Amino acid sequence: MTNPIEAAARATPAALARRVRGLSDRAIAWIFVAPTIFLLLAINIFPLIWTVRLSFTNFAANRPNREVEWVGLRNYTRILTDAGTWETMQTTAHFLVWTIALQVLIGFTLAWLINRKFKGNDLLTTLIVLPMMLSPAVVGNVWTFLYQPQIGLVNYMVELVTGTPASSFSMLGPGGLAKWSIIIVDTWMWTPFVMLICLAGLRSIPDYIYEAAEVDRASKWRQFWTITVPMVLPFLMLAVLFRGIENFKMFDMVNLLTGGGPGNETLLTSIDLKREAFEKWRTGYSSAYAIILFVTVFGLASIYVKALNKVKER
Amino acid sequence: MKRTTLAASAAIALVWASQANAQANELTLCWAAWDPANALVELSKDFEAQTGTKMKFEFVPWPNFADRILNELNSGGQLCDLLIGDSQWIGGAAENGWYVKLNDFFDKEGISMDDFAPATVYAYSTWPKGTPNYYALPAMGDANGWFYRKDWFARPEIQAEFKEKYGRDLAEPKTQKELLEIAQFFQGREIDGKTVYGASIFTERGSEGITMGATGALYAWGFKYENTPGKYDMEGAVNSPEAVEALEFYKELYKTATPPGYDNAYMEQSLDAFKSGQVAMAMNWFAFFPGLYADPNTGGDKIDFFVNPPQNVAASTLGGQGISVVANTDNMDGALAYIKWFANPEVQKKWWAAGGYSCHKAVLEDPNFVNTAPFAGDFLEAMAGVQDFWQEPAYAQLLLAMQERLHNYIVADQGTAKEALDGLIADWTEIFQDEGKL
Repeated sequence: MTNPIEAAARATPAALARRVRGLSDRAIAWIFVAPTIFLLLAINIFPLIWTVRLSFTNFAANRPNREVEWVGLRNYTRILTDAGTWETMQTTAHFLVWTIALQVLIGFTLAWLINRKFKGNDLLTTLIVLPMMLSPAVVGNVWTFLYQPQIGLVNYMVELVTGTPASSFSMLGPGGLAKWSIIIVDTWMWTPFVMLICLAGLRSIPDYIYEAAEVDRASKWRQFWTITVPMVLPFLMLAVLFRGIENFKMFDMVNLLTGGGPGNETLLTSIDLKREAFEKWRTGYSSAYAIILFVTVFGLASIYVKALNKVKER
Repeated sequence: MKRTTLAASAAIALVWASQANAQANELTLCWAAWDPANALVELSKDFEAQTGTKMKFEFVPWPNFADRILNELNSGGQLCDLLIGDSQWIGGAAENGWYVKLNDFFDKEGISMDDFAPATVYAYSTWPKGTPNYYALPAMGDANGWFYRKDWFARPEIQAEFKEKYGRDLAEPKTQKELLEIAQFFQGREIDGKTVYGASIFTERGSEGITMGATGALYAWGFKYENTPGKYDMEGAVNSPEAVEALEFYKELYKTATPPGYDNAYMEQSLDAFKSGQVAMAMNWFAFFPGLYADPNTGGDKIDFFVNPPQNVAASTLGGQGISVVANTDNMDGALAYIKWFANPEVQKKWWAAGGYSCHKAVLEDPNFVNTAPFAGDFLEAMAGVQDFWQEPAYAQLLLAMQERLHNYIVADQGTAKEALDGLIADWTEIFQDEGKL
């Protein structure tokens, strides 16, 4: 029987074989890796460097004939001294903290409850994960109707339960409810994702650990805090990382629900950045804004990943 | 082998040549997706029949229209040969070389701008403003107007109650303040067992909605962008006492006389509110009036129209567009031929009859024009007093700054009208400084 490697070697044209024979292993490795590196440079690194360069200019992409001026740090100082930017950051932080907290809490609880054998377990799991399978655009539009003061289900339910007239308040309008409304929708949509990750964590805990604890007469409460939580923690932290990064760049769903309004109540940084870059066409300014956001996310994510690694090493 | 290669090359060349030929006989016209665009499709069949040119259309929904088309122009795309673009784009389009300057073509073909309503030529065609440099042919005249439930207004019990409360007959408002009173009168009223509301107005935050709505009040109070045209001296004009009063008025109208949940409403929501029988009055562009009149449920006898009421002056917010030839077109002759055809007075008459708003004097100055539609007279009256937003190359920044300031004050209850207008001056000053105009 012919060795497949020998067969491949025989099938290689003689000229190519001679050429390859002269190359070191390292060179061959580079040949294989080079296209990926080239693509990475072209698609990620070059635009990043270009964005840094643009951030020091007054370039406007819709004004190709205007002279581009070097403005130094003006874009950065304008952004960092603009009260509006800090308001937007606060709004984003509010959205991030509450969505992640609620999703972790509800997601973990659901996973814990569903990690038991009962009839209809599979069906229930499928039903719970349905929202995350929907497109954010669909979710945004559907919830816009649900939140509609006159015909929306949410206002109707509130009226039914509390007696507050349905059309007397607007979930997406003025009155301070809009920032909570977007949190509710995001939590509804993405809690199943956190639940699935927690479920994977819970199912990775070997039964014998609980059995040993039972033998030692540890209470259920004690088992939960000393076995379940520590062993699921790396999974939970991973879920927080994913949701944190995703929600920091949240755009589509919130844009459809509120467009950043009323006023700037739900204006997240991603929506603000899109407006500056592609509606106001302040390309230089928005490049600086993007760099600031990139550094922020990169810094926070690096710290977080280090913490995650420490937890995993324990 | 050689024969096969030759045959394949010939086939490819043939396909390429036929495609190139097809492209030469094709024109793509870009516009917003709305009722008049459908009318233009029908109208353009005449052009296709006359010239053998195949017309293609790219209609973009209004909320994405500016984003989509300006990106297309900006990236040097060749999607559009002809573009019916918003009036505010003309400054940027002219300065960036996106539109073809049409003066020589007009001279050669005997197309005179004197044949079109002066306000539309000024707003839709010229850059710099008011100079005889034409980048578009006025195509679709438009202004923000009002319509109302004539059948509700005519009900004796409503008439009597209104007269008792305000001491005058319930009729089309003659001033902005009368409009507010009527809207408040209808707010929360039970009509045919349904709760109805006063008026649907523009409050949209993302594109241009609240600016287009609120300027209806601002212009009526005498709002000006500058003290001296062309000087960018905004202090005292933009934040004048009249402007402050107008903005407070618009906020009161929004807070006390609009349906719940209409805090991000524009054209579509205004139409929905009216057609679903929720409101007694609504504002919207004249372009929608033919469709509203034809509506089987709320049109016909049940609807009537009125021009934006004056307060200190008679004025309406300008809408509408001119038709331009995109500089990147690969079918320049075809595009110019379309403009020539469209400028023909007979075509312009058909355009009005089909539901488009012609700006040609042959249509507008026809003695019978006011009788051709229930809103024709209002349209003429509105076009006599239209005012437009800045048409500067930086209009997008200027517009979004106004959107934010107005929405924050009117809808989100932040600050006072004076603070909103002072803030707007600060925003606009910064933009004009960046532009080197201040």
